[in-house]
Amino acid sequence: MKNRRDFLKTAAAGAVLIGSQSNLGLAEMLDNHAETAKSKVVVAKDPALHGPAGSTTSQPEEKRVLDLLDRAIAAYTGNNHPVEAWKHIVPSGKVIGLKVNGLGGKGISTHATLVLAICERLQQAGVKPGNIIVWDRNARDIEACGLTISTDPSRVRVFGSDVSGYEDEPVSFGSAVKVKLSKILTRQCDMVIGLPILKDHEMAGVTFSMKNMYGVVERPNELHANGCNPGVADLNRIPTVREKVRFTIGDAMSSVCQGGPGFHPEHLWYPNSLIIGEDRVAVDHTAWKMIEARRAETGLPTLEAANRPPRYIATAADADHMLGVNDPQRIHLIEV
Amino acid sequence: MPYRLMNCRKSLLVALVGIAMVFVTATGCRKAKVDPFPSSDTVSGWQKTSDTRVFAARDLWQYIDGDSEQYISAGVVTTSTSDYKFQNQLEAVVDIYTMGDAAGATRILSTNQTSEAKSIQLGDAGIQFAQSIIFRKGPYLVRIVAYESTPSTPQALLALAHGLEAKL
Repeated sequence: MKNRRDFLKTAAAGAVLIGSQSNLGLAEMLDNHAETAKSKVVVAKDPALHGPAGSTTSQPEEKRVLDLLDRAIAAYTGNNHPVEAWKHIVPSGKVIGLKVNGLGGKGISTHATLVLAICERLQQAGVKPGNIIVWDRNARDIEACGLTISTDPSRVRVFGSDVSGYEDEPVSFGSAVKVKLSKILTRQCDMVIGLPILKDHEMAGVTFSMKNMYGVVERPNELHANGCNPGVADLNRIPTVREKVRFTIGDAMSSVCQGGPGFHPEHLWYPNSLIIGEDRVAVDHTAWKMIEARRAETGLPTLEAANRPPRYIATAADADHMLGVNDPQRIHLIEV
Repeated sequence: MPYRLMNCRKSLLVALVGIAMVFVTATGCRKAKVDPFPSSDTVSGWQKTSDTRVFAARDLWQYIDGDSEQYISAGVVTTSTSDYKFQNQLEAVVDIYTMGDAAGATRILSTNQTSEAKSIQLGDAGIQFAQSIIFRKGPYLVRIVAYESTPSTPQALLALAHGLEAKL
């Protein structure tokens, strides 16, 4: 296993080699040529996360979430020592942002247990508490995740873009829509780990890793046209977003397969999983297939048949965006 | 009393009556605006735990992001929302969508129909699931969602729904 300095060096080289993929945690992959390299995605599952079958509770068990996170990170990095593995994921002395998603309200938001588990491992890996920022659009979304606002610099900071504000200068990529980015992303975080929650989406089809970035702009509604395509891909291709959002630890512990992005408990189910990876396109492709499988199980039409397939995933993989891969042949899926 | 003074008083009286009539027409005859959200303990066991937030159609994305488009295309005018808690344990949220007309409310209700939906006698039409109730009454579409499914959830939600329906 390479040390962190080597790791970061190769990670940077990797970013140049294959565009947006930062390749954190994928040191070995960097030895391959970009054309033949596969994007690694880990799906870690614990069927008993919400209690034994027949006695399901709405909140996952804390200890099991930490174990599941460790298992996912171990599978991804090849390092069975969680703290050591994290040292290879996060750069030293930098500010790490954890972008949660609380838009769906209390019933379907990133779980606080997952956020706390990641914060614990980050600190054990040497990240100072004040160098961790848990954030989303606003206080309401953060509280929906079960988190409490805190701006105390000696502790893990938890606040929204309603506190930091947005940049005055709008930016864009491709589409005519210009967006104002959150100052938490542009000025405070050196690296962001996306912590989306898996959901069906009324317009985009699926919301997960890339769609989570709608929460970093002031007026995401302006990117909703045409099933959020190319809005999602364009937003993720904006240099600041592309370069800083380096890793996804996707919360698929509970999900809605219809009626999203809001909470529709009649369509709630418990995949009891985490989906992690650096390639957000590959992560989203994997998440999409998970939603489709559940829809098929419950007799719902495919998203294609429902006229809202997540077309933005293919757009994100195209030659203009090069944000990652959506070809299953080029995704190294590891299920643990 | 001089005739001119009498005439002046008469004119003043006519003017005052006119103003009063305009005022009554403009305000008194209009149905008073009612807050449809039951206050705490109006419905047994239910506490209203947040202020009511109101979103105009153009701002609805701030509340429900991508969900907003289906309501906008169905003619939503405003959306009001508030949190509730039952017996200090079960948390729920109530959304009241004021549509442009009853057809808009009917359209949204129909999109929520599934084979698991149970029809209920509430407002003009309503359906219930284990953790939620949706009903319409005139231009109003009401959605009540609980965050937990317990044996008492359906009955508690139904009681709150009746409390809301009575105020619409």
